[in-house]
Amino acid sequence: MADYVIELKNICKRFHEQRVLNNINLQIKHGEFLTLLGPSGCGKTTILRMISGFEEQSEGELYIDGQDATDLKADERNVHTVFQSYALFPHMTVFENVAFGLRCKKIAEAEIQERVIEALNIVKLADFAKRKPAQLSGGQQQRVAIARAIVNRPLVLLLDEPLSSLDYRLRKSMQLELKQLQRKLGITFIFVTHDQEEALSMSDRVVVLHDGEIQQIGTPRQVYEKPSNLVVAQFIGEVNIFPTTVLGYENNQITVKIEGEKHQYKSTKPYATNDKVNILLRPEDIRVYDTKEVRDTTEMFAGVVEEVIYKGTTVDLMVRLDSGKVLRAMEFFDEDDDSLVYTLGEKVWVHWIAGWEVILPNEA
Amino acid sequence: MKRNNTFKLVTISAIWLWLGFFVLLSFCMIIVASFLTSNNDTVFALPLTLHNYIQTFSPIYLKIFLKSFYLAILCVIFCLILAYPFASILAKLNPKYKDFLLLLLMIPFWTSSLIRSYAIIAIIKTKGILNTVLIGLGIIHHPLQLLFTNTAVIIGLVYNLLPFMILPLYANIEKLDPKLVEAARDLGANWLTTFRRVTLPLSMPGIISGTILVMLPAMTLFYIPDLLGGAKSLLIGNLIEYQFFIGHNWAQGCAVSILLTLVMGLMLFVYWRSSEGRQDQGAFK
Repeated sequence: MADYVIELKNICKRFHEQRVLNNINLQIKHGEFLTLLGPSGCGKTTILRMISGFEEQSEGELYIDGQDATDLKADERNVHTVFQSYALFPHMTVFENVAFGLRCKKIAEAEIQERVIEALNIVKLADFAKRKPAQLSGGQQQRVAIARAIVNRPLVLLLDEPLSSLDYRLRKSMQLELKQLQRKLGITFIFVTHDQEEALSMSDRVVVLHDGEIQQIGTPRQVYEKPSNLVVAQFIGEVNIFPTTVLGYENNQITVKIEGEKHQYKSTKPYATNDKVNILLRPEDIRVYDTKEVRDTTEMFAGVVEEVIYKGTTVDLMVRLDSGKVLRAMEFFDEDDDSLVYTLGEKVWVHWIAGWEVILPNEA
Repeated sequence: MKRNNTFKLVTISAIWLWLGFFVLLSFCMIIVASFLTSNNDTVFALPLTLHNYIQTFSPIYLKIFLKSFYLAILCVIFCLILAYPFASILAKLNPKYKDFLLLLLMIPFWTSSLIRSYAIIAIIKTKGILNTVLIGLGIIHHPLQLLFTNTAVIIGLVYNLLPFMILPLYANIEKLDPKLVEAARDLGANWLTTFRRVTLPLSMPGIISGTILVMLPAMTLFYIPDLLGGAKSLLIGNLIEYQFFIGHNWAQGCAVSILLTLVMGLMLFVYWRSSEGRQDQGAFK
């Protein structure tokens, strides 16, 4: 068995002289749940189609299970796709849809029967074997598409935004089911999505793509808490950004000016004076206090509540600082703060715990 | 609201009246006429009789029926072979070229098919364009004897009816989800299996409509066997035409027409039943 189930080396792809993928290097481990995350047009589906054999790279090498796959046609690769539109064969029953791949391999009828029923049991659709796809709901069709792929015991299962056409509740439960299925089967899943929440909640590793380039590869926690650049930070979750200039750096402490005042933050990465940096903060890391609640306001910023959005588990605030900058803050209900009542125009103090900010060099 | 309803009433009743008068009524008249008797003095006369139908089962009529079927089926097969790849390519083309090719397909309809059949004569006759070119290129040394053969009739029928096969096929294939082909390939089917198990079964409705649109005219386009077949090969269409205009036996002509309709209806019914029965298989043969 090769070290990596899929390996992409220096892959480039051009369509009509337009670059859609640039220098993609990616190693996918056996049995991992890997998500390709990015906005539409970032090249994530192209990578998937390249692995499945529907697109050929313009440059670079692609290995499937250690074997150069460049010349293998789609039907010769032991990877199977769950399409966004499911692409179930409408003229065949659920059973025949699932049996399709096995019949192509000329497997004995008795074994086909056994394996198809087993696959349908896994997706809890054994009772629907005789139905036509048109007689099933969207979620059930989705499961047939999954059964049709996993029945062939592929090395890798490729999932192209498979949940995007399901409604919110169904999508949530399918996310959980897919994750459990992947653990149970131990098959490598490569999942494509533009939904960052989906990516974070399901994956072992997330590959963030933008403009045909890999921005960051890491665990969900890494890409959310330690984004490698501004593109990643802005794409995954909400973020407040303070662009500023480095005033000094010593003893792993960076001194910057925010909102007209000097602040010091920890930074293991050294910066030179006058380097441009961005100080990033997630809305949930920002605390908003009533003017009466606080006495020591040295590390705080004064602001005015401009918008209050009640979301059930949280209250989201838009706070305009004295400089005119608007911050997003997300406040959770807890024992100390069970009311969370804010009125528009109310004066507040904004604060965050030192160390929760992320400092990124400004590349632009 | 009220005006809208009046409009609806007027348009729908106009269509119903039109269809009722020109389709249903005339069809009923043909049915009635097929049970009457014709002779040289009167077009139709009593008594009611089954004679016209019994007459149709005489060996000479059956022979014409079978010959017509044979030619029509050959015509359908050639049309299918030519039209399927054409329709597939057309369906995948860039819309820019697609419209242009569809226009090319329509242009011949602007000229009477009778005139175009004369043009075919000019091409395939012994000293026609085809033979001149082939001999000129040294491909053949003696002119091909095409005119006034069954081959000429087939050429004429296929030429005239090809668009009626291409258009329903194109309409059908264009609607097929290309992802289904990808899904089949992805699951390990080579292109032949993909065609046999996915593309072909899904384009069956187009094939059936094309076959119906080609088959019936192929049996009744009487002027093509007249012109290109040298009036040697009689089709059902020629038979009906003969009964009406030469034999002065309108009742007999009506009976043949009704039988033709029945046969076509029966074929449709058989197809419909077999596709019902095929519902839950789809396995490899």
